[in-house]
Amino acid sequence: MSAPAAPWVPPSRHRVPPPLLETESLSKRFGAFRALDRVTIRVEPGSVHALLGENGAGKSTLVKCIMGYHRPDGGRIRLGEREVLPRSPREAQALGIGMVYQHFTLVPNMTVCENLVLSRATLPFVVDWPRERAALTSFLGRMPFQIDLDARVRSLSAGEKQKIEILKQLYLESRIVILDEPTSVLTPAEADDVLTMLHGMARGGEISILIITHKFREVTRYADEVTVLRRGRAVGRGRVGELTTGAMAEMMMGAAVPSESRAPARAALGEVRLRVTGMEANDDAGVPALRDVGFEVRAGEIVGVAAIAGNGQEELVEVLAGQRPRESGSVVVSGEEFTATRDQMRLRRVRCLPEEPLRNACVATMSVAENMAFRAFDEPAHTVMGVFVSSKTIRRAAERMVTDYGIRAPSIESPIGQLSGGNVQRSVLARELHGEVDVLIAANPCMGLDFAAVAEIHERIRATRDRGAAVLLVSADLDEILALATRILVMSEGRIVYETPVETAEPAVLGRYMAGHA
Amino acid sequence: MSGASMGLWGLPIALAGGALRVSAPYLFVSLGECLTEKSGRINLGQEGTLIMGAMSGYGVSYLSGSAWLGVLAAGAIGMVLGALHAWLCSLPRVNDVAVGIALMLLGIGLAFFLGKPLIQPTAPRLSALELGAWSANASLRTALQINTLLLAGIAAAFAMRSFFRRTRWGLVIRVVGEDANAARAMGYDITRVRFLATAVGGFFAGVGGSFLSLYYPGSWNEGLSSGQGLMAVALVIFARWDPVRCLWASLLFGGASAVGPALQSVGITVGYNLFATAPYVLTLAIMIATSSARRTLAGQPAELTVAR
Repeated sequence: MSAPAAPWVPPSRHRVPPPLLETESLSKRFGAFRALDRVTIRVEPGSVHALLGENGAGKSTLVKCIMGYHRPDGGRIRLGEREVLPRSPREAQALGIGMVYQHFTLVPNMTVCENLVLSRATLPFVVDWPRERAALTSFLGRMPFQIDLDARVRSLSAGEKQKIEILKQLYLESRIVILDEPTSVLTPAEADDVLTMLHGMARGGEISILIITHKFREVTRYADEVTVLRRGRAVGRGRVGELTTGAMAEMMMGAAVPSESRAPARAALGEVRLRVTGMEANDDAGVPALRDVGFEVRAGEIVGVAAIAGNGQEELVEVLAGQRPRESGSVVVSGEEFTATRDQMRLRRVRCLPEEPLRNACVATMSVAENMAFRAFDEPAHTVMGVFVSSKTIRRAAERMVTDYGIRAPSIESPIGQLSGGNVQRSVLARELHGEVDVLIAANPCMGLDFAAVAEIHERIRATRDRGAAVLLVSADLDEILALATRILVMSEGRIVYETPVETAEPAVLGRYMAGHA
Repeated sequence: MSGASMGLWGLPIALAGGALRVSAPYLFVSLGECLTEKSGRINLGQEGTLIMGAMSGYGVSYLSGSAWLGVLAAGAIGMVLGALHAWLCSLPRVNDVAVGIALMLLGIGLAFFLGKPLIQPTAPRLSALELGAWSANASLRTALQINTLLLAGIAAAFAMRSFFRRTRWGLVIRVVGEDANAARAMGYDITRVRFLATAVGGFFAGVGGSFLSLYYPGSWNEGLSSGQGLMAVALVIFARWDPVRCLWASLLFGGASAVGPALQSVGITVGYNLFATAPYVLTLAIMIATSSARRTLAGQPAELTVAR
C-alpha cells in the first residue's frame, strides 16, 4: 500500500463526464431552528468542491438533503438537466451520488471482499464468491493501490479503511462522491495520499467531488472551488486560487480569527510529577497494546502524545485513569506509587479529561449538578453527618461552576446528555480543574468542538499548566499538540518512538513516526 | 444387563448413544439462538419456547395422531413466541434480555397450565431409524437408533453455516448484528431483519421442544426440560456463534447429560444424581474458561446488548 508520488490519473472508463450537481435555494428547518437557509451551490463536472464551515453551520444538513436523509423544505436539487429529490441514500446511490461518511460504514468483523460486495444495491440470493472475487480483483487492478481482499476490516489502518470507502464509491459507479471530513481520522501523510488519489480521479473526469472540511490546508491544496457556510447560509464562494485562507476564515467565523500562539509561555519547569516506567497493557482483545512505555512529565509543562488512533494511546490514558489494568510497569505521581483508585486520585490531585466525555466522564441521564459533583460529593463539604449527601451544597457548587465556565444548560437539573458537546466538555473541565491540580491527563479534549470552544478549552489547559500542573495531552490532532505542548512524544504500535521539544518539531517528521515508518 | 456383559466397551457406546439422543434439543435451540444472536439480539426466552414447543407438539400429535404434525405445530408456536419477543424489543427503550426472561417465565407457566390435560394420554411418538440393525449387539443397536429430526438438525447446522457465508440474507443478518449503523447506511431495515431472525430462531427452539416430548424422553410432564433452553444460550457462546460448532457443542452437552444414565447402564449406580449435574457443571466450566474481564470474545456479534 505505498503512496503514488505523482497524482494518479485513472484509465478513463467513462467517456461522459460526471453530471453537474446543483442545489438552488435549498432550505431545511428543524422545529424553530433554520438549519439551511436558501443555500445554492454548484459542483462543476470533474471538479473538487470544498464545503467549509464551523460545526453547526449546516454542512452536514446540506449533504444529507442531497443524499436523501432529510427532505428539504424548499428549493431544488438538480443533477445535470434533471431535477431530483432522493428519498433515501439508496435512491441517491441509484442516481450515481455516493457518500463517504466521517465514521466508517465498513463492518469491522467482515472481510474487505464481503464489505464491497455487500455494498451493492442488488445482490443475488446466493453469492458466487469465486466470481465476485475475480471481478473485484480486476476492478482493483485499475485502482492506484492494492488491498488484501481477505483482510478483516478490523485489522486495517484508518487510512486503508478510508481508501476502501472511496473505492467502494467507485465500485458502485458513483459519479458524484460526497465526503464528510474524510481526513479527520488520518495522519497528514495518509490524508495527502487519499486526497491526491481523489484529486486525480476528478481530474481524470471519473467523478466530481463535494468535500466537507474545516482544514484550510486541504482546501488550498486540493480543491478547485469552495463554498463557505455560516449559520445555515452560504456566505461566500469562489475559486480557491482567488481566496486567501484569511478571507475564508473570516467568512466562516464572521469575524477576525484569533490566531493561536505556538510559542508557549515558558515557566520554569518544576519537579517530576508523573513518571511512567516500563508500562505494558493489553487491549480488549488481549493483545499487547502498550510495550515498555516510559516518560516523565514535570510540573509546569504540557507533554503532547501524538499518535494515530489505535496505536496504544487510548490504552495509555485508560491505564492512567484507572479504566484498564496494567500488566507491568509503574506509575509514580509526585514520588509515590500511583494505582489510579478514587482515593489516590484525590490524594495526588490527578485529574482526567478523557475523550468522548459523555461516555467516559459523565452519566448522561444524571443531572448537570450531579455530574459535576462526581469527584467531591462524598467529601465533608457535601455531606451531612458523614452519610447523607447534601443536594443543596451540590447545587450551589454547580451553579458556581456553570457561571465560572460559561456553561449553557437549560438548568443544572437537566440531564447532562441533553447539553451540546462543547458544554458537556466545559462541565467536565469545570469539575476536573476545580481546586488544585497536580497532574492533568487530557485525551482529545476538543474532538468535535467548534473554534470558539476549542480556543477556550486550550486556554483553560494552558492556565492549568501555568498554575504548576503537569499536563499529559493525548491528541489525534497534530495542530493541537503543536499549539499546546512543550514537549512531544510520538507513539506507534504501543511504543514511544520519538521525542522532541516543540521548538524543533517538524509536522512532516512527526507524521512519519506516527505512520510507523521513520 | 447386556451393557455390563460388554465390559469396558459398554460405557463409551452408551455415552455416544446417549449423546445422540439427548443432544437434539440443545442443537435446535442453539441453532435458533445462533440465528437470533447473529442479528444482534439475545432471546433468553428460548427455554419458555422450548417447553411451549414440547407441550404443543405433544398436544397436536395426540389430537391429530401424527407426530410430524406435532413437530410442525411446535415450530409454529415457537415462531409466534419469537415474533412476540422481536415485536416487544422493537418498541423504544425495551431491553431484549429483560423481555427474554419475562417470555421464558410466560412460556413455562403457559405450557404447564395448558399442558395439564396432556400428562395422562399417550401421543404418537416420532419413530427412529434403526441404523444399528446390522449389529448383533443390543446396546450398540440402541445407541444407533437415530431420530430423523436429529439428522435434519445436523443438516440444518451445515446449511446455516453456508447460509451465513454465501447467501444475501445471511450476509445481511451478519451486517445487522455487527454494525447497525453500517446496515442502516446500506439501506436495510434493522427492525425487520431482527424480527425475522428472532421469529425463525423461535421456530428452531419450538422444534427442539417437540423432540423432548415426542422422542426422548418422549412424554409430556413439567420436569421435561430442566433448563436445556438456557444452557443452549451458553452453548452458542461456547460455539462462538458458528452453527457447525453449535452441533459439536450440542453433542458434548448431550454426552455430559448422558454420563449418569450411561454409568447406570453398565451397572454403576453410585452418585447417579451427582452425574446428572454434569451438563450444568459443564456450562459453568465453559463460561469461566471462555470469559475474560480483559478481552471481548472472538466472533461475538458486536451489536449484542452484552457486547456493547
